[in-house]
Amino acid sequence: MKFISDIVDGISLGSIYALIALGYTMVYGIAKMLNFAHGDIIMVGGYAAFITLSANWCPMWLSLVITVTVCTLLGIIIEKLAYRPLRSSPPLAVLITAIGVSYLLQNIALLTQSANPRMFTSIVNGVPPFLQVFKGRGAVFFKENPYKAEGIKSDLTISTETFLAIIVSVIIMVALSLFINKTKAGKAMLACSEDRGAAQLMGINVNGTITLTFAIGSALAAVAAVLMCSSYPLLTPSTGSMPGIKAFVAAVFGGIGSIPGAMIGGVLLGIIEILAKAYISTQLSDAIVFLVLIIVLIVKPTGIMGRKINEKV
Amino acid sequence: MKKQKLNNLITLGGTSVLCVVMAVLYSVGALDGNHMLKGMLVLIGIHIIWALSLNLTVGILGELSLGHAGFMCVGAIFGGTVSQIIRANAAECPPGIRLLITLVVSGIMAAVFGLLIGIPVMRLRGDYLAIVTLGFGEIMKSIANNIYLTLDANGLHFGFTKPPENVDEATAKQILKGSIGMQTPQDTNIWWVAAILIITLFVMMTFINSRSGRACMAVRDNYIAAQSVGINVTKYRLMAFTISAGIAGIGGALYAHSVPMITFGKFDYNFSILILVFVVLGGLGSMRGSVIATIILYALPEMLRKVNENIVNARMLIYAVILILLMLWKNAPFFINLREKIKARFKKSDTARSGGAEA
Repeated sequence: MKFISDIVDGISLGSIYALIALGYTMVYGIAKMLNFAHGDIIMVGGYAAFITLSANWCPMWLSLVITVTVCTLLGIIIEKLAYRPLRSSPPLAVLITAIGVSYLLQNIALLTQSANPRMFTSIVNGVPPFLQVFKGRGAVFFKENPYKAEGIKSDLTISTETFLAIIVSVIIMVALSLFINKTKAGKAMLACSEDRGAAQLMGINVNGTITLTFAIGSALAAVAAVLMCSSYPLLTPSTGSMPGIKAFVAAVFGGIGSIPGAMIGGVLLGIIEILAKAYISTQLSDAIVFLVLIIVLIVKPTGIMGRKINEKV
Repeated sequence: MKKQKLNNLITLGGTSVLCVVMAVLYSVGALDGNHMLKGMLVLIGIHIIWALSLNLTVGILGELSLGHAGFMCVGAIFGGTVSQIIRANAAECPPGIRLLITLVVSGIMAAVFGLLIGIPVMRLRGDYLAIVTLGFGEIMKSIANNIYLTLDANGLHFGFTKPPENVDEATAKQILKGSIGMQTPQDTNIWWVAAILIITLFVMMTFINSRSGRACMAVRDNYIAAQSVGINVTKYRLMAFTISAGIAGIGGALYAHSVPMITFGKFDYNFSILILVFVVLGGLGSMRGSVIATIILYALPEMLRKVNENIVNARMLIYAVILILLMLWKNAPFFINLREKIKARFKKSDTARSGGAEA
């Protein structure tokens, strides 16, 4: 039972990683840059949700809208101010700028919100009645908070947050796939990631498309932020950096630039992390995640779904 | 070429003089009134060593290494272990010789780790390399936080994630206690730091101006062109990475012997970034820049602490802004045009003036 429970937890964590990894992989595919600040956009989203949720006047749906809006705008602003001027610069300069942006966001949060961790109130209030029918000996399916009930590890405990994370991620991924393959803007994104110059010659607004990509990636990060903070409620200014980096690992694992790859990579990485935590060592789980990255890059640098790109002189 | 040699000589001479003056002032007790500066000098020196070593990877090799703290961590672990073993087994050994052995061992071990990690890492470039070095740095930190070493009459006992069992309780002495860290003998003093710093600077400059160093810079400037003129790209990249790791390890060992209790949690991603900030703000590839930037960026916030506590808290915020602006200033087309315009205006006014003089 514990194993199944761990797998479900892993899929849940993995679907959050997949949402973040989608942002990474889309930006990498189109702008050919590693957006280090992506993880910190998650953190900003977490704080936006925290502040609005704890305000009395704000209903939950409005707080979600505000969170997504804040993150989307932030993504667009960062792209416009910091990344666009460096579009044709050497990769090292872009990478250092991205690290600078990441640090800037973290430190703004540190100064305005202090380093003390905040307890995020889950967006799920209690357990919906229809999920309680399974309550019984040996098979407690949906519990309010699995972390309070450490004692009954042998039962199959799935929290509503876990359930919600999986459902929301699946919906978003389907929607995103439809958007990219069926709409004009989505096809423009594909074209830009294929060949930016040719796309421009075909009359595609490359700058606009890149901005759109950043906006979508940041909006996904906002959703991931709310889901992640509901499951793992401690919120600090550095909350986003580790999940961000791990999501990048997931994107590389799945093959960077590939959208289905990011989803598969994210879920697999989540399962690997939870299993490592449960059966090997809690302290070493991060190290194991990075080990996966290193093995992937040595054995198959293009990832599961990636394509090999030959360098042209 | 001659101008470059002169420049190097100025950097090396200036740094040496500064080191010696500071060390002498420290030794004769002229700094006794200024406790803050006195406490900072050794740490500034060690940070300069780290910045110099990172500058070799980032500035000369042109690859962003985000796991530099991992090599410092390796150096600190091996250094601390060796010095504690010597202290336990040969108590009469003078601290100087003990530190020398420690530094040699830690430098070699960090270089070995650099080589082993460099072999897979140097197959990658750019963003991938950055993220993989970050991963290695975190792995090294995680492992370091879980190592337990206990020394007893039978020798060294090793435990992973938990203290080793079956040790001889009567003579047991814990050397390394996982995330609690270790207590090393306080062997590092300002003379050692000054000497290592000068040697590091000298080694760096010799390397950069050697055939290998020029090969590294050729690889940085154009990978494919360097390959096509017959430079063994992997060899030189690996060489620079290994040297960089080794020196970082020596710095780590010096650090481990200058603080009473060393914990390995310090050597995380953020610490790598801090050193990177020193390097980037000092100027990529400029040794003199690294030295100056480290001194200013390390000392200034501490000095300002007296004036206003908030400035210290805002330190990283200001660094981040400077980092972004510096990159934009150097690379963004808008700023490049602006610089050209300013330059052109100065030139015009120069010619106008000289033209006026002729007329």
